[in-house]
Parts: sequence; structure tokens; C-alpha cells
Amino acid sequence: MTHALKTDNSDALIRDKALWMRQQAMKMVYAKQLGHLGGDFSAIDVLATLYFGVLRYDPARPDWAERDRFVMSKGHATGALYTALCAAGYFPQDWLDTYMEHHSKLNGHPNRQYLPGVETNTGPLGHGFPVAVGIAIAGQINGADYRTYVLTGDGEQQEGSNWEAAMTAGHRKLKNLTLIVDRNRLQQGARTEVTNGLDPLDEKYRAFGWDVVEVDGHDYAQLLDTLGAPLGTRDKPLCVIANTVKGKGVSFMEDQAKWHHGVPNAEQFAQAMKELV
Amino acid sequence: MAVAQPTPTPGLDCRKAWAETLEGLAATDERIVVVVNDSVGSSNLGGFQTKFPDRTVNVGIAEQNMVGVAAGLANGGRIPFVSAASCFLSARALEQIKADVAYAGFNVKLVGQSSGIAYGELGATHHSIEDFAWIRALGPITLIAPCDAWETAEAVKWAAAHDGPVYLRLSRMKVPTLDLPGRAFTPGKAELQRAGSDVTIIANGTTVHLAMEAAEALAEESVSARVLNMHTITPLDTNAVIAAARETGAIVTVEEALDRGGLGGAVAECTSATYPVPVQRVGFPGFMPTGSIASLFEEFGLSREGIVSAARIAVRRKGA
Ligand SMILES: Cc1ncc(C[n+]2csc(CCOP(=O)(O)OP(=O)(O)O)c2C)c(N)n1
Ligand SMILES: [Mg+2]
Repeated sequence: MTHALKTDNSDALIRDKALWMRQQAMKMVYAKQLGHLGGDFSAIDVLATLYFGVLRYDPARPDWAERDRFVMSKGHATGALYTALCAAGYFPQDWLDTYMEHHSKLNGHPNRQYLPGVETNTGPLGHGFPVAVGIAIAGQINGADYRTYVLTGDGEQQEGSNWEAAMTAGHRKLKNLTLIVDRNRLQQGARTEVTNGLDPLDEKYRAFGWDVVEVDGHDYAQLLDTLGAPLGTRDKPLCVIANTVKGKGVSFMEDQAKWHHGVPNAEQFAQAMKELV
Repeated sequence: MAVAQPTPTPGLDCRKAWAETLEGLAATDERIVVVVNDSVGSSNLGGFQTKFPDRTVNVGIAEQNMVGVAAGLANGGRIPFVSAASCFLSARALEQIKADVAYAGFNVKLVGQSSGIAYGELGATHHSIEDFAWIRALGPITLIAPCDAWETAEAVKWAAAHDGPVYLRLSRMKVPTLDLPGRAFTPGKAELQRAGSDVTIIANGTTVHLAMEAAEALAEESVSARVLNMHTITPLDTNAVIAAARETGAIVTVEEALDRGGLGGAVAECTSATYPVPVQRVGFPGFMPTGSIASLFEEFGLSREGIVSAARIAVRRKGA
């Protein structure tokens, strides 16, 4: 059984799912008074597009060998990942209520040994991308036709491990690999370009042997077009720079460093839920 | 060594003590710089950055680079305080700490913030319970875990004045400031918190006040427990450990860390080679589940009851 390949209705479906994911993530973080809403909300449109318009997977068989892989390298954005996996059918909705509770499977950062659909454990930044490169090399060696997608933060790109992975992928021409950079221009404490600038990020990846495409990371049509390409359409790995807004969808959270791990009070929660319709 | 004047400020938390002390030192010592990994806020260094922007080196989210850069700053005559979450500082940059700091012997101060399970809910990647074992294994780094705000301030002052690598393992947790008359901080020298003759509880960091509570509870069942604050793991105060073994015949170690390789490991290595006595180690068994600090302390016996029962076992094992 396969899921989520693109149809004529994809745009509306993704919009629906993304809204539901934002609402759920907001509720989870409000209830627990912990989380990373800013990075959840910048990434949710990308994840909704992947799980409801791009990836081939079967939630009943999380270890299906031919599944497309999605690696959430920015593991702090569990509000995005867990709601996506839940919407995709990997686990029942009431599990979301246990977010970060004592012994919960919904750990503060994803753990593949607790939760189906999680490809690898992340949380320390700069881990997911090398693992994704390994998954892609396995696909190449196996002659398998699955595709591998990995999402990193933009601040995360400051970790050197990413550039080691980028070099390996470029060198091996991993055409089955797509890196998506959540380019919201903010990291934990400040803007990326003030902290340790990344621009011109596109030129860096081109120099490392990658194709590079820039998209609006909240535009489902652009995301579908770029991420949905079947295998065989490229001969290099693809870097998608998704220009996003941290905290996207809630006016007072948008583009504010303090909403990296800020949590809403009762009033802010009510306001946010009013806006998330 | 001159006895430092204790200036306990009630209600001061360790993070505040760290930041205020460092700012004070930096005002008079031009050489002090901080090196951080997008961790200005989480290290409570906003004030430092405002006062000393030129002496704040934020390398971004790049811990290996951060520690290497610090070694270079030391080479250039600076006194770098590297400040990052202890989990990433110790784990991600371990080879830089080994080769560029410990082996090369640079005058770098490594400050592991929010250590132990301060980030309880964030899970095992963000728990820093292996740091004692890893840093201790490297040898020539003075490894200190202050137990309260006063000791944090003293340790920061000492580290700045000391010429050599230091790892300060700081907590995010609010802990009571211990009230001892004439208190002085001497690295490598255990602080006697309470006299006792039946068993010695050796603790450090956030667990010292729990050890004191446990000693009080033990007194009610007529067990006389000595309590040592072993703020320095490297170099270990072996004299105090051997004296505890000889004079009380049983030891309990308590640390907000893995139950092997750290304080308990150091004490057990010392006693087994000198004066073997039962040593019960209280700590965490390995990768931990998600949960609040309180729920995890309770579940894994870092509590008055947990320490009391470890002490009972240690006493029972005497002569067995
Ligand atoms: C190795 C490591 N260092 C530091 C952190 C702490 N941390 C968590 S999220 C974050 C900022 C991430 O910024 P970015 O990658 O831009 O993510 P986003 O803006 O999408 O949330 C930091 C520094 C970490 N998780 N891992
Ligand atoms: Mg970012």
C-alpha cells in the first residue's frame, strides 16, 4: 500500500493537514509549557507536503524496505514531526496528549526505538544529514528506488558535520537524496547572518556538487513541484532552500527569536488558536 | 592558600552566580573572553555580551569549532571561558577537549551548563550524565561540580586565576545555598558537611543537599552518616576518601550523573586500591526516559529515601 503521492487535490489536502498540525502542536506545547514552536511552524508546511503529497510510505509497515525516507535532522521541532507522523497514521491521536510526559514515547526529541515512523534519533544538531547520506548510499548500493529527504535548520548548517555529509553526497552523486534547509534566518538566540552567516548558501551547495533550488517554504505548489520529482530526473543530489518564516501562522510569533522555545500563556494560546483557522 | 571570604547570597541561583562572577572578573581582567555556540541566552551571558561585545565569540552552532577556537585564543594569550550546554560541549567536542585542551595543555575553561538531567523532558540526547566519566577519563583537566551558588562563584574565580584546563560542570537547577561557618573553597579538597562514623555519603553538585537530608533521616535510625561535598572529581581528594573508608567502613556516592565512571567510579577505584570497603553508587543507570527533573530524581533514587536505602545496604555489607 502506498500513501500520499500527488493528486489533483493535494494542495487542499496539504493545507488542511498543515492547519491541523499547527493546532495540535500549539495545544501540545501549551499543555506541557515546553517545546519549540517557532521551528515547528516554519517547517510544518514542508512536512505536510512531504507526508501528503510526496512520500511513498505505509504507516502499517514502518520498516517497509522500499519506503521513501524522511529524516528530521532539526529534531527539536517535534511539534511538527509528531503531528505529521500522527496525521500520517503512524500512531493514534491520544498519544499526542502524552507529549514529554514521564516515560512518554513522545520524547522531547525523536527516538526511533519509541516511535514508529522515526528514521533516526535526532536532537543534537548536525546528525540527521550524515545519516540520510548513509540511507541514500544504501539505496544506491541496493539498487533500490526509494528517495531520501532530510530537513535541517539553517542555524544547524553551522555544524561542520553537514559539510562533511554534503561533500560525500556531492562526490557520490547521490541523485536519490534531497536536502531541505528550513531557511527561516533565525537560530536560538539571534539571526543566522548576525551569528555566523550562511549566505550565499546556494553557491556553497553548488560548489559541493549539488543542484540547488530556492522555494517559498509555505507555498504548497512550489514545494510539490520541487520535492515531488521522481528518481531519474537528476544526476546530482538536490538542495532545496525553503525560505520560511519562523513561527509562521501566528502573528505575534512570526520572525521573533524569542519564539524559538518560547511558550504561550493562556491569553497568547487563545489568540493563537483564534488565528489558526 | 588564602582562605576565601564566604559571601553566600541567599536566593542566588547558580546560573546567576556564574554570570555575575564572570562579568566581575572580566571587568578587571582584559584577557577573559567567552566562546559560545548560539548559547548566549542559555548561558545567561546576555549581560556579558552587552558589556564586552568584543570579548564575546559566538561561533554559532559548532561545538568542535568552539573548543578549537578556544584553544587558539589561549595560544593568543586570552583566557577563554567556553560556555555551552554540557551535553553538547562534552559529547560533540570530546576530541577537541582531549587533543586541543587536555593533551595540548591550553589554558581553556570549559563550562558545561545545564548539566545532568536539567533538560529532563528533552530526553537522553540533552541529558548530560556521561560528562563526568568522559572528562575524568582525560586526566589533566580539573573537574569541578559546585553544589550551590556560593561554590559556583568561588569555582569561577578559582578557574580564572588557575593556569590550566578546567571543566566546570554547572547546574540549571535551583539548590539551597549550604550554610557552613567559615567556608572556604579549595579545589581538590573535600568539604566536610557533616561529621559521622557509620557510613560516609560522598556527593557533589545538586545532590549535596539531598545527602544532608539523608544523613538527618539516618540519624533518626541511629546511623551516624558523614557527608562530604566532593566538588572536585579531578584531582580526587584521596585522603578524604581513604579516611572515610577507614573511619566509617562504608561509602555511598551520589551524583546527578551516570552511576559509573564519575564520582562513584573515582571513589571505588581509590578504595579498591587502598582500603576496600563497600561502596554503593547512586546515579543514573544509562539512557534515561523523558520526564521532569523531579520525576526522574525520584524514580532513580536521587532522593532522601534513595540515599538512605543505599546507606543501609552499604552498612549491612560491612564485613560481609
Ligand atoms: C549540537 C547542538 N548544539 C546546540 C543545540 C541547541 N539548539 C537547539 S535548537 C537550536 C537552534 C537551531 O536553529 P535552526 O537550526 O535555525 O533551527 P530552527 O530555526 O528551524 O528552529 C540550538 C542552538 C543543539 N540542539 N544541538
Ligand atoms: Mg532557523
